[in-house]
Amino acid sequence: MTTRLKETDVVVVGLGAAGGVAVLPLAQAGIDVVGLEAGTWLTKKDFAPDELRNNVRDWPMAVQKAQQEVPTHRVNPKANTTRAGSHPMMNAVGGTTLHYWAQSWRLNPWDFKVVSETTKRYGASRLPKGSTVEDWPFGLEELEPYYDKVEYECGVSGQAGNIKGAIDSRGNIFEGPRNRAYPMPPLRSTGFIDLMTSAARGLGWHPFPGPAAINSRTYQGRSACMYHGFCNKGGCHVDAKNGPHLTTIPRAQETGRLKVVTRAHVTSIDTDANGRVTGVTYVTDGQEFFQPAKVVLLASYTYENSRILLLSKSKAFPNGLSNNHGQVGRHYMSHAQGGSVTALFPFNINAWYGLPAQGVAVDNFADDNFDHGAHDYIGGGNLWVMSDRRPIAAAGMGTFGRTPSWGSEWKAFVMRNADRTNTSYLQKTTLPYEDNFLDLDPVVKDPLGFAVCRITADYRDNERRVSALAQEKMTEWYKAAGAIATQSNPIGTMGPTTHAYGGTRMGRNPETNVVNEWGFSHEVPNLGVLGASVMGTSGARNPTLTAQALAWRTAEYLAKNWRTVTV
Amino acid sequence: MADETKGVSRRDLLKRAGLAGAALTIPVTPASPEQARPAAASAAQPAAVKREPIENLTAAEADTLEAICARIIPTDANGPGAREARAAHFIDRALGGALKESREAYRTGFAAFDRYCRSSRGDAFVNLSTRDQDSVLMDVESGSATGFTGSSAAFFNMVRTHTLQGTFGDPYYGGNANFVGWDLIGYPGLRLNVTTEDQRLGAKPTPTHKSAYDTAMFTKADSHDH
Repeated sequence: MTTRLKETDVVVVGLGAAGGVAVLPLAQAGIDVVGLEAGTWLTKKDFAPDELRNNVRDWPMAVQKAQQEVPTHRVNPKANTTRAGSHPMMNAVGGTTLHYWAQSWRLNPWDFKVVSETTKRYGASRLPKGSTVEDWPFGLEELEPYYDKVEYECGVSGQAGNIKGAIDSRGNIFEGPRNRAYPMPPLRSTGFIDLMTSAARGLGWHPFPGPAAINSRTYQGRSACMYHGFCNKGGCHVDAKNGPHLTTIPRAQETGRLKVVTRAHVTSIDTDANGRVTGVTYVTDGQEFFQPAKVVLLASYTYENSRILLLSKSKAFPNGLSNNHGQVGRHYMSHAQGGSVTALFPFNINAWYGLPAQGVAVDNFADDNFDHGAHDYIGGGNLWVMSDRRPIAAAGMGTFGRTPSWGSEWKAFVMRNADRTNTSYLQKTTLPYEDNFLDLDPVVKDPLGFAVCRITADYRDNERRVSALAQEKMTEWYKAAGAIATQSNPIGTMGPTTHAYGGTRMGRNPETNVVNEWGFSHEVPNLGVLGASVMGTSGARNPTLTAQALAWRTAEYLAKNWRTVTV
Repeated sequence: MADETKGVSRRDLLKRAGLAGAALTIPVTPASPEQARPAAASAAQPAAVKREPIENLTAAEADTLEAICARIIPTDANGPGAREARAAHFIDRALGGALKESREAYRTGFAAFDRYCRSSRGDAFVNLSTRDQDSVLMDVESGSATGFTGSSAAFFNMVRTHTLQGTFGDPYYGGNANFVGWDLIGYPGLRLNVTTEDQRLGAKPTPTHKSAYDTAMFTKADSHDH
C-alpha cells in the first residue's frame, strides 16, 4: 500500500551539494519544501581520523543506497560490461560534501563558449569529430552573482585573481572577472607547497592557492581548518568543511519551510495525463510513500538523475520522463582524473599533514589559456599539487622500479622515501561525444528490482592528448622543484567517478538538451534538474561550486516565476 | 635532476628550505641476532613478541601467516617489522569482521601454500630457512606457484595488502602495536590541530603515539567489525 502524503510546494530529490543549496532560496521565498534524502544526518563525532575505516574500507560510502546502485561501465556497445565494487558518492544530508575535497572553483570564461571561441581562434575544423559540444546558453557573467552567493553563504576561502577586470597575480590570472574577493583568505601554505610555488615561478608560470569550501579562519561561528590530514574521504571533526548540512540546510529549516525526510529512497517521479509531474514515490524500510508536489527538483547525482528519469515511464513519456527527444543520458563526460604524475624527491617534503585542498595550482595549461595553434586538440589541464598523505597509503607507495615490493630492501626504500613522494592531481577538459552516454543496464538491478545506470563511454584522441600535455607539464614542474624520478599514471576509464557530467544537459535547443537555460525541462514545465548533470562542458576543475551556483539560480528562478511554472 | 632544472636550481631550493645536506632521521634499532635464523626459531622466542589468542584462523594458519608477514616486512637491521606490529593478529581479528569475505580465500590459499612449500621445498613454510621462505614467496608473488585456485599472485597480493594495513593502520584494530609501523616510516602520528610549524620543510614533529579512539571525541567503530 502506498501512503499518500500531504501535498507540498516543492519536493527536492536529494539533499547533497546541489539540492542542499537550492532549498535555501526557496524557503526564504516562503515556499514549502520537502527534501527527500536517502542517507541520514551525520555529525563531527562520526568523523574519526581513521585511514583504515575511511579510506581503505570506504566507510563514508558504506551501507548506503548508492552502494546498491553502482553503475556498470563499458567502453563501447561491443565491449564487455564491468561493474566497480563501490560507488564514489555517498548518501547523507549534505551528500558527498561530507567527505569531498571541497575544492570550489568557478569555471573559466572559455568553458561556457567552447564552440564559438574555438571556431573564432582556430576554425570550426578544430572541434573534434563526433563531439556534441555546444556553447552554454549564457556566459560566466550570468553565473557570477550565483557563484558569489554560494561562496559567501557557504564559505569559500581563496585568493581572487581578477576583481572587476583588475588582475591580481597572487590569484588565478586566467579566471573571469569576479565582483569581489573571496569571503576568506586562502588556506595556508606549507614548506613543500612553497617549494613547488617557487619552482613554478621559476618556470615563468603563474602559481596560486586554490579555492576551497573550507574555513581558513572562523567563519559564521564555525572553526578554522585544523589541517589534520584526514579530510580526504573523511568528514570534518571541527565543522570547518562547508557542506550544505552545516550552512544552507539548517538555515532553510530555521524558516520553518523546509521539511527534511531522511532514509527516503526515491523510485519514480510521477506524471499526470497532461505530462506534468505530480510528485515523487519513495520507499523507506519497505514502505512506499507518494509525496505530491507542485514542482519537483531532481537533485540526485549525475548517474541517478538520468536513471530516475529513464525509470519514470508513463503514457506521456514512454521512453522515460522528459525523454521524448531521446536526450536523457546523452553528452556524458568525466574528468580523466586518473592521469596523474607521481614524483620522488631526494629530500623529505614533510607532507604528512594537510588536506587535498591545501596546495598550489597552475592554470597556464588549462582551457584555452595558451595558444593551441601548434596542437591538434582543444582544452587543457589544471595542475594541482597538495599536501595530503596517510600512513597506509604512504607505505603502499610505488618504488619507481627501484626495489621489489616487499622484504628488507623494500622496507629500507619505504623508510627512506615515504615522506619523499608526492602525487599531483590533474583535471582535464573532456568533451561530450555522440557515442558516450548513460542508459539503463539491461541486466543489473538494485535490490528493489530497478535497473542500475549503465555508462557507455571512452576517452577520445582529444582527451588523451590533453592528458599527455598535462602530464608533460607536471613532470617538468616536479623536476624543476628537484624531483629525481617521476611516473605518469594511466588515464583510467570513464566508469563511475566523482566528477561525472551530462545526461540532462542545459541548452536552448530542445532537440539536443533536456533542460532549458533555467534548469527546467523542455518537456515538463514543472520539473527542474540540479547538479553537474546539466553542465555541457567539464572545465578543467572540480564541478561542485558550479553545480551549486546553477542550483541556486534555478531555485531563484522558480521562486520569482512561481505562477508561470506552476500554472 | 639538478642539472635539468630550469630557472631555479635544486640547490637553491634546498638551501631556501634549510635542507641542504640534511640527513635522514629514521629510528634504527640494533640488528637483531635472530634475523638470520629460520622464522620458526625466532617465533619461538617469546621475549621479542607476545602472541595473542587466535580469533579466527587455525593454529597452523596463524603460524604460517606470522611467518609470511615477517618476510614481507622483516625484522632486520632497520628495526622492527610486521611481526612486532602484530600484523598477523590484525588480520586474524579482521577475518571475523571487516575482512570476513576474505576468510575463504585465506583458507584455500593457506592450503595451497602449504602444499606448494612441501612439494617444492620439502617442508612447511615455518620450517624453511628465510632464504627458502623468500624464494617461495617470490614464486607465489609472480604467480608461478602451482596448486592455487586462480593465480597464486592474488593470494600474495591479498596477504601483502592486509599486512600493510595491519602494520600501518590505527592500532585500534589490533595491529601497528606500539606504533612501530608509524615510527618505521616516520609518520609523526595523529594531531587534531596541526600547526604551521608542523608543516615546515625540515620540521620533525614529535611522534604523538595516539590512536584516533584515544579521545572521547569520536564514535568508536567496532574494532572487530570495521
